[in-house]
Amino acid sequence: MLRLCLTRCLAGIPALLLVTVLVFTVVRLIPGDPARILAGDFATEQAVAELRQRWQLDRPLPVQYAAYVAGLARGDLGRSTATSLPVTGELGERFLRTLLLAGAAILVATGVGVTLGILSATHRASLLDFAATALALAGVSTPIFWSGLILILLFSVELPWLPAGGTGSFAHLILPAVSLGLFGAGVIARQTRSSMLETLGEDFVRTARAKGLTERLVVYKHALKNALIPVVTVLADQFGRMLGGAILTETVFSWPGMGRYLIEAIAMRDYPVIQGIILVFATSFLAVNLLLDISYALLDPRVQPE
Amino acid sequence: MSAWRVGLRRFGRHRGGMAGGVIAALFVATALLAPWLAPHDPEAMQLGVSLASPSRAHPFGTDSLGRDVLSQTIYGARVSLTIGFVSVGLALLGGVPLGALSGYAGGWLDRVAMRGVDVLVSFPTILLAIIVITIFGPGLVNAMIAIGIAQIPLYARLVRGAVLRVKALDYVAAARAVGSRDGRILWQHVLPNCLAPVLVQSTLFFATAILSAAYLGFLGLGAQPPTPEWGTMLSKARDFLRVAPHVSVFPGLTIMLTVLGLNLLGDGLRDVLDPRAGPA
Repeated sequence: MLRLCLTRCLAGIPALLLVTVLVFTVVRLIPGDPARILAGDFATEQAVAELRQRWQLDRPLPVQYAAYVAGLARGDLGRSTATSLPVTGELGERFLRTLLLAGAAILVATGVGVTLGILSATHRASLLDFAATALALAGVSTPIFWSGLILILLFSVELPWLPAGGTGSFAHLILPAVSLGLFGAGVIARQTRSSMLETLGEDFVRTARAKGLTERLVVYKHALKNALIPVVTVLADQFGRMLGGAILTETVFSWPGMGRYLIEAIAMRDYPVIQGIILVFATSFLAVNLLLDISYALLDPRVQPE
Repeated sequence: MSAWRVGLRRFGRHRGGMAGGVIAALFVATALLAPWLAPHDPEAMQLGVSLASPSRAHPFGTDSLGRDVLSQTIYGARVSLTIGFVSVGLALLGGVPLGALSGYAGGWLDRVAMRGVDVLVSFPTILLAIIVITIFGPGLVNAMIAIGIAQIPLYARLVRGAVLRVKALDYVAAARAVGSRDGRILWQHVLPNCLAPVLVQSTLFFATAILSAAYLGFLGLGAQPPTPEWGTMLSKARDFLRVAPHVSVFPGLTIMLTVLGLNLLGDGLRDVLDPRAGPA
């Protein structure tokens, strides 16, 4: 088991390097002098010169890249041009808030999705089954920010129950999490439904029924455990989409996370911050995929480490 | 050719696909006929009637500058149709050759390219598009380019998979046996048979492109006012959510319906043309 985790982590290293190359390249592709770009629009000549010296920006690209990666290894992402504070410090808390939002959203999505999926598999061609399919379609077609606006309209303006934005209490989390979670729920419901139907047709389920177990035991104890394995794949994929979707949800609900920070940084052309956020986002996606790989192997013994 | 005709007949019996096809056709017709359909000039401001509720004169109401929301939404279909074609075109232009060469050539080049593609595919389109926007700067044209580029890895992987499948078929071996060159085999024999999955993907991606452009517009990184792009319209409408919710509701519903239609059409096409793929 440890060996499996280790090999998967090692396999992730080239991907991580690719991500650093990507982030490194972005700033170099912007027309102009990278030192001036990273120093910001209002930097003094001296500040630009210092930055050029510190990150070796007058040396060939491979040297620049080495300096960049060496900085990363020390946890140094540079300083924000807007606040002159280290990017690492600025990002920490915001990243946690984004993680909280995406985590709450995946809980909503899983809760609603798996429940709906099981019910529509056990009650085929019922109204519930139809509702699950409709939700799945609406989930991939509704603009993420628009479902947020509609939720604000319903539960904050029409019915003044919940705050429309900001952070600080559990109540602040509800609308953003539901808005972000609902659009993943449909996909999870559809996957749960189809893998549940497949599992219910298998021999061991027939055996369980033949033994005289109640339908409830057959479905929830025997079938569900096996049916959920493919759902895990979708779950990880959805978590990634929610991290991306958080950029929009945070903007709608003024949630002070990493996504909103990214949009602010782009507006202010704060490139060290942009670089840092893209790096954190990208690394998060890699981490999610890695966890997926490992949990998949844990759940399904047939998946062997390469 | 008859395989296509059989497909067409099967598509006619696919209810979801047909519904999607009708919505998509309405969308295209609205975009093409916008000047004749729109009751008002979408950019004409009437400050006396700003944020008016829906009425007979303005069925979707008016926005904060007194512009007719229905007319803007209708012209928005033109913007979105353009976005769809440009982005899908760019993604095809970049992804098909990359995937075809990678799949056909194989070897270490293929392995390295696909490892990179795997990493990029795991990122959401919106993030990739924002990265490209960071380089090019905001704007409608840049947004279309960004969304197209963001989709290249997906196309590359799709086409590579299709090429690998077709490459192993007997008739390709036969073509090689009679002495056809690689380029000719790839163009004449392999690629035409990868058309079905590419068509399906392009329909689904058309929807993603419209949605992503709306996201970028909403975030202020895509089309800029007064371009009547649906997401851009919503980013302004959001400020008046409390006093004039209709300005937010109608463009949002339009995006949802359009994207839903294209998704249904894509799913239908997949069921008919590419039964092996199954629901993704």
